[in-house]
Amino acid sequence: MSDAIAERLRQVAGRVEHDEGGIPRALPNDGAEAAAVLGLAHAEGWRARVEGAGTWCPTDAPADLALATTNLTRIKQLAPGDLVATVEAGLAMTDLDRALAPHGVEVALDPPGAPERTLGSVLATATAGPRRQAVGPTRDHVLGLAVATGDGRAVRAGGTVVKNVAGYDLAKLAVGSFGAFGVITEASLRLRTRPARRLSMLVTGGFDPLFDAGRSLAGLAIDFGAIELASPGLTGGPDWTLAIQLAGTDELVASMAERVRAATPALSWLEARDDAARQLADALAQGALDGPVTLRLGALADAIPELLHQLGEVVPEGRLSAGLGRGGVRWTGEAQARAIGELRQRAAALEVPITLERAPWPVRRAAGHFGAYREGVGRLTAKLRDVFDPSRVLLVPLEAGDG
Amino acid sequence: MSQAGGELVRALGAIVGPRWVRTRLAERRAYEADGLPTHHSVPRVVVLPGSRDEVAAILALLARGRIPWVARGAGTGLSGGALADPETVLIPLTRLNRILAVDGESRRARIEPGVVNAKLGEAVAPLGLQYCPDPSSQAACTVGGNVAENAGGPHCLKYGVTTNHVTALDVILADGSLARLGSPHGDQWGPDLVGLFVGSEGMFGVAVEITVRLEPLPATIRTLLADFSSVRSASEAVGAIIAAGVVPAALEMMDQGTILAVEASIYAAGYPTDAAAVLLVELDGASEAVEIDDRTVTAILRSAGAREIRSASSPAERARLWQGRKKAFGAMGRVAPDLVVQDAVVPRTSLPQVLEEIGAIGARHQLTVCNVFHAGDGNLHPNICFDGRDRALAERVERASREIMEACVGAGGSITGEHGVGSDKREYMPLIFDAPTLETMCAVRRAFDPTERANPGKVIPTHYCREWRETRAR
Repeated sequence: MSDAIAERLRQVAGRVEHDEGGIPRALPNDGAEAAAVLGLAHAEGWRARVEGAGTWCPTDAPADLALATTNLTRIKQLAPGDLVATVEAGLAMTDLDRALAPHGVEVALDPPGAPERTLGSVLATATAGPRRQAVGPTRDHVLGLAVATGDGRAVRAGGTVVKNVAGYDLAKLAVGSFGAFGVITEASLRLRTRPARRLSMLVTGGFDPLFDAGRSLAGLAIDFGAIELASPGLTGGPDWTLAIQLAGTDELVASMAERVRAATPALSWLEARDDAARQLADALAQGALDGPVTLRLGALADAIPELLHQLGEVVPEGRLSAGLGRGGVRWTGEAQARAIGELRQRAAALEVPITLERAPWPVRRAAGHFGAYREGVGRLTAKLRDVFDPSRVLLVPLEAGDG
Repeated sequence: MSQAGGELVRALGAIVGPRWVRTRLAERRAYEADGLPTHHSVPRVVVLPGSRDEVAAILALLARGRIPWVARGAGTGLSGGALADPETVLIPLTRLNRILAVDGESRRARIEPGVVNAKLGEAVAPLGLQYCPDPSSQAACTVGGNVAENAGGPHCLKYGVTTNHVTALDVILADGSLARLGSPHGDQWGPDLVGLFVGSEGMFGVAVEITVRLEPLPATIRTLLADFSSVRSASEAVGAIIAAGVVPAALEMMDQGTILAVEASIYAAGYPTDAAAVLLVELDGASEAVEIDDRTVTAILRSAGAREIRSASSPAERARLWQGRKKAFGAMGRVAPDLVVQDAVVPRTSLPQVLEEIGAIGARHQLTVCNVFHAGDGNLHPNICFDGRDRALAERVERASREIMEACVGAGGSITGEHGVGSDKREYMPLIFDAPTLETMCAVRRAFDPTERANPGKVIPTHYCREWRETRAR
């Protein structure tokens, strides 16, 4: 069967190989080929999983075929003057950053995970890092997308300019929906100018004093690049770590650092030299992989203590980071679907949605990426999936039991 | 009266009370246009609900009768998006104008859709907070309308447009059912349906409750006015400021036509009338950050050839400089009976070339095009003053408008940055989206509103929707 599928795929996709389990893997060369692969799967009733670099979510969905974005690595347009780049989705975040650096610009996304993680993975899962405090959630960086839908259409959403309200905002639907509506093949991204200086300051201590300090700092008129509280499990130290990031000219950064110290005289801040700052960034990024399950908890900063209390009653301590400006918590550790379900119910009472960012297939399938739907959300989501992927080619368990 | 249908009117009256159902032609005529002067249409009946339950009951009633409807805010939109034809019921939401809750700690406000944009700003200012999207019509427009259009405004350059500030929505769908989307934080219970809903131009349902993110009021604000002897050098300065990594709160440009109209009006702001263009640059934030940005921006403006750079020395002077900008459209109303306010976006580096092209298009059609726009994000507003009673002139305006759109799209831009598509730009949609994308948009709309009764006939040229249905039926 898999040989027959591979043979058919070869007729529409550039290259086809088999993965370790013998499943045919199509490696399309562009968005049109990706759409053709899905169109064929739709016509034949095959089920497909989408793979990037395979470093974030396990590539373990029991599909008839895999569609890998490995060959979609071109930077199709780079306009530093306009602060816009159009990039294929299989490009690794680290390669994208390397290409942008000589032009003095960057995509201000600092998602957790390995540096080889692809842009497509970051967008499809909407995983954002500590810099979301300053630059907003993942969706705010996307100006336009090309998407191959589950039934094989190539659809373009948005555009390549920084402001655009033409038509419905289909890009919002694709970002963060785990590929349930289609495969992102290309994205136009908002760029930012790289600051002359970036400074990380760290302080360690107990949760309560650091939480209070972080919240009071967040209320100051300082444009923080990040204000993140990391658990001992995440950093490997004995205490919690409050990390802030400041960015700008040398003069501005020095002045902001001074104001931070003045506002928190009881804290012994360390100015992380490059190595220490990188170590912490690595801990925040890699710590999210240090356990089989990662959850994103959409909490306002003031709700975080109560939420962590609820979390502690249901799952082990794990590795935690919490944004003390715009809020948001990421937890990585061991959890079964039942615990995730219970946690979702508890968090829903606090108006906090929980998104399953990564987990092995049995947990993903049993818990769903999303749950505790509010009124109307499940019905609308199902109807929208009918629009983009009527025969459910894309093996994505958006809710418990899907797939 | 008979046109409205006596039974429908009685049923609507039973929901909202008879005094909130408008059936007389003279009453309905008050709603025949929005801010776009070229489109008129008198609705079948106007019903003004006073609560979200009444909205749900109205939509359920209209669903039973398969009657189309249009939700409307203050009617200040500039794309003919809030117009209802004689078959269609118009539902203004201006009575749903309560601010339900403000959480200063978490910087959130929960409001009804009829709250006027500026009123929300006034309500949260004592807490040291602001609601950032600030369309020029903010003294009148409603946040519900802003959500429908994904409205912007001058200060969106730094702070983002409406979609960046809405975290949750309670929506009544066309069948009268409730959908609760998003959360106070902004994360979603499923896919990003809040992001999809914002900017859907009233075609997905009615937002009856909106949770918005608030931002702290800036500690320091500095407003600069720089004048230039050429439009090209002003637009080159814009590109240089953005490329230098400075993100002003606002970066606006007005050309000489606009300056003259403003200075001849009651909104005169003291702009130099001999300038080819002025830039209004606002920097805000912590005082040291503003100080540093000010030095950078001033140096760029000078090297780009600014003749004079003036810094507002008092809140009153700042307000005056801004009044000229925000009332520029009103000032142009003095020039001729009708005004087309266009809205398009181009990559910022192509501003000099596109502005020259727009000038050439105006000259070719013997029209005066004045530009007043959000230069920092490349969001152009070419305005054409004309007398709509002159049919030949009106046709020239229409042709010029299309050519301007084509020039912007040709430069890699979009047909609208903040006004929406509505009725006005529907036929331009194929300039930027291919058929599969337009057909998909139709299908997405049908996921929310299967019978296509919410704001019918807007945004997508109808034949794309027909083709989608036929494809699916085969």
